[in-house]
Amino acid sequence: MLNGKNALVTGASRGIGRAIALELAKQGANVAINYSGNEAKAQAVAEEIKQMGREAFIVQADVASETSVKDMMKEVVSQFGSLDILVNNAGITRDNLLMRMKETEFDEVINTNLKGVFVCTKAVTRQMMKQRSGKIVNVASIVGISGNPGQANYVAAKAGVIGLTKTTAKELASRNIHVNAVAPGFISTDMTDALTEEQHNQMLQMIPLEKLGEPEDVAKVVRFLASDDANYITGQTIHIDGGMVM
Amino acid sequence: MADVFDRVKDMIVDRLDVEESKVTMEASFKDDLEADSLDVVELVMELEDEFDMEIADEEAEKINTVGDAVNYINNIKG
Repeated sequence: MLNGKNALVTGASRGIGRAIALELAKQGANVAINYSGNEAKAQAVAEEIKQMGREAFIVQADVASETSVKDMMKEVVSQFGSLDILVNNAGITRDNLLMRMKETEFDEVINTNLKGVFVCTKAVTRQMMKQRSGKIVNVASIVGISGNPGQANYVAAKAGVIGLTKTTAKELASRNIHVNAVAPGFISTDMTDALTEEQHNQMLQMIPLEKLGEPEDVAKVVRFLASDDANYITGQTIHIDGGMVM
Repeated sequence: MADVFDRVKDMIVDRLDVEESKVTMEASFKDDLEADSLDVVELVMELEDEFDMEIADEEAEKINTVGDAVNYINNIKG
């Protein structure tokens, strides 16, 4: 499905990013694993991909820094020779009630989760325009559509990513670059493992399919959007949330 | 000078699919050569590769005519 394609996944050392990197590789892609701090975990993902017979390497970068991202793109393009797929997945949370949220907490989340998507997209566009093809998949969140108390910064960033996805899709459509987003709901990761049993049960009541999603559920949709099977889809946000938000 | 102009002209003819005779120093990319904004961005990227230089965004925004591009390259390359 993705044989011979070269991909870059940001924030790929764990959670959903890790699952996406592995899924793309499973379908034939070579994958560059971006990470910000956790080199050992990123390296473990790269090793797992190499065992599948694909190329993989790790590349450190802070996605909110344009200089850092430019260097990363140069390295990826020089290693792979081309870049067909970018998955903007890197994200952080700094949850707090609006009334208690510090300016720094707001800025940090906007910088990584929203500006990071802008910076990485801009940096990869040059290569993809030259190639006259490319797939960009942004990992947004269902809360970017529904809102969520305690996450003003995260929700604002994720809603921003959905708008950015639509604009980028329109700007780059003529160059055969497709840009889509996925909006995961409650997915079983470190982020949801931190919840109490009571919170967990409350969540389940909101989900028609009555279960949490797995990182692989998200990864498979990203893999579809990154493939030629999705060639007539651009600017869309696919909900992966067990039917929670319709 | 002529050398740079000829190289730039070839790129424009190739990229924008226009008649060679239309590509003069005075020709405006958007008004005379039917380029859209994205075409101009791409052209600047190609110029960077062709002439092995980096054109800052602020400078790139000032390039409206073929002459602007040729003069810019000549100034940098001396």
